[in-house]
Formats: sequence, structure tokens, C-alpha cells
Amino acid sequence: MTVDVMGNHTASAAGADQPTAGSWDKQIDLPSERGASRMIMEELLNHLGVYNWSPSDIFAIHLAVEEAIVNAIVHGNKLDPAKKVRVCCSVSAELVRVEITDEGHGFKPQDVPDCRLQERLEVPSGRGVLLMRTFMTQIAYNARGNSVLLEKQRSAPAD
Amino acid sequence: MAHRRIDVSKIGDVTVVKFLDKKILDETNIQELGVELFGLVEQDNRKSILLNFSHVEFLSSAALGKLITLDRKVKAAKGRLKMSNIRPEIFEVFQITKLNKVFDIRNDEAEAVAAF
Repeated sequence: MTVDVMGNHTASAAGADQPTAGSWDKQIDLPSERGASRMIMEELLNHLGVYNWSPSDIFAIHLAVEEAIVNAIVHGNKLDPAKKVRVCCSVSAELVRVEITDEGHGFKPQDVPDCRLQERLEVPSGRGVLLMRTFMTQIAYNARGNSVLLEKQRSAPAD
Repeated sequence: MAHRRIDVSKIGDVTVVKFLDKKILDETNIQELGVELFGLVEQDNRKSILLNFSHVEFLSSAALGKLITLDRKVKAAKGRLKMSNIRPEIFEVFQITKLNKVFDIRNDEAEAVAAF
């Protein structure tokens, strides 16, 4: 299912020197296949550009959303073709919210070991959750641990 | 071995690897990248390897995993691995994960080659 709702102003309706009003909202169900994130990512990145997010914020959001979708597909749904990953995005001039929900049993994020510990520095996996936490303003899991909400506020412009 | 994900050249004794993908993201590509990088150590016996990231705009944690495994293979073979030309956003990823303490990261190719 794909729902695409534009906010009350489209990018073309806003002047170049004024912030784009409204929001871009989209919900999509991704198949549990490697690489499925591309079905939403390009459109999400395009809309971050439309709403004039900075390249470093776009990098951060791209990385966090990619990590969350891969985790949902690989660890949540375990690549089960019968299961979907639902992605709900909302982009506005000041705030990005992306909610990613899989059909797995969920996990306890506090049980993920800290990849920065000396004895874990050379373990090849387990960095996605740390990168999401660091790059987003806020991340929250539901109680079951099969849904994560990523939020980022626009960063203050650099002097 | 034919390479699809990397370009391999030599400066003196140093094998210089440039990534062909701007975004190291797609899991199939990352698998291929791993095979090609590990082949430099395991098949070609390259001992001094420099990864030049000048083309790379984005990488995911799955790609970091391949770099860690490569680093371990190079160390096990008594070789040396260095990295250069990492853009600030990606360097931040290395700092967040403390991989900047695991990898030998230099500003540019000339500095890295001179450090072998």
C-alpha cells in the first residue's frame, strides 16, 4: 500500500526565498528483501532537498533510516517474504519523522552491546543502533521492540 | 580477479584502492566489495594497502563491517592497511563508532603512501 499526501503547499508553489510550507507525508510497505530501502529512500532524500535540509542533516537522516530499514528487514522480519516493513515518513521544514515497523518479535535495544567497548571494537556488526541514536535528535522504540520512531530537528545553520 | 566495485593501482609497493561506488550501501554491492577487498589479501598477497575514499559520499554500517574484517585479515597476514581522503560526514561515522582508533586514517593519498 502506498499513500502519498502532499501538504497544503507544494515546493513549486513556494517562493525560492521562503521556506517551503506544509509537509510531505508518505506511507509504504516494503518487501523483506535486501535493497528494498531504495523503494522509499530516493523519494525521501528528494523531499529533504525540497525542504532545504542541509547536506550534513540529509547524510544523517539517510544513514539512520537506512540502518533502521535494514535492521527491520534482516533482523526483524528475517528476510521472510510473507512479512512487510511499514515505513511512515513526514518531512517538513523543521522536523523529519520516520517510523519503521516490522512484523518480527521485536528486540530490547538495551540488550545490544556497546560496539565502542575495547573488546567489541573489531566485531564487524552491531553499529546501526548507535549511529541512529547519534545522528537523530530522538529515537524511540515501542514496548515490543518491533517499531522505531526516528526524529530529527533541523540543525542550526553553521556560522 | 576482475573488479567491479574497486579500482586497484600501485604507487611503489603500496596497493591503492579506489571505490567505484559513491554510495556503499546496497547489500549485494557490499558483498561483492568484501570479496574483492579480501581477495587482495588472500589471493594476491598484497601487504601494503591504502583505501582511498575520495569518491565515497555515503556508507552504511554493513560497509564498516567489511572494512573491519579487511583490517583483521591484513593484520593476520602481517600487512598494513591505511585509509585516506575520507570526507567529514564519513569521518564522523568512524569517530562515533571509535573505528578511528582501529584504522590508520590519513588526510590524503600522498601522506598515507609516505607513512607505509
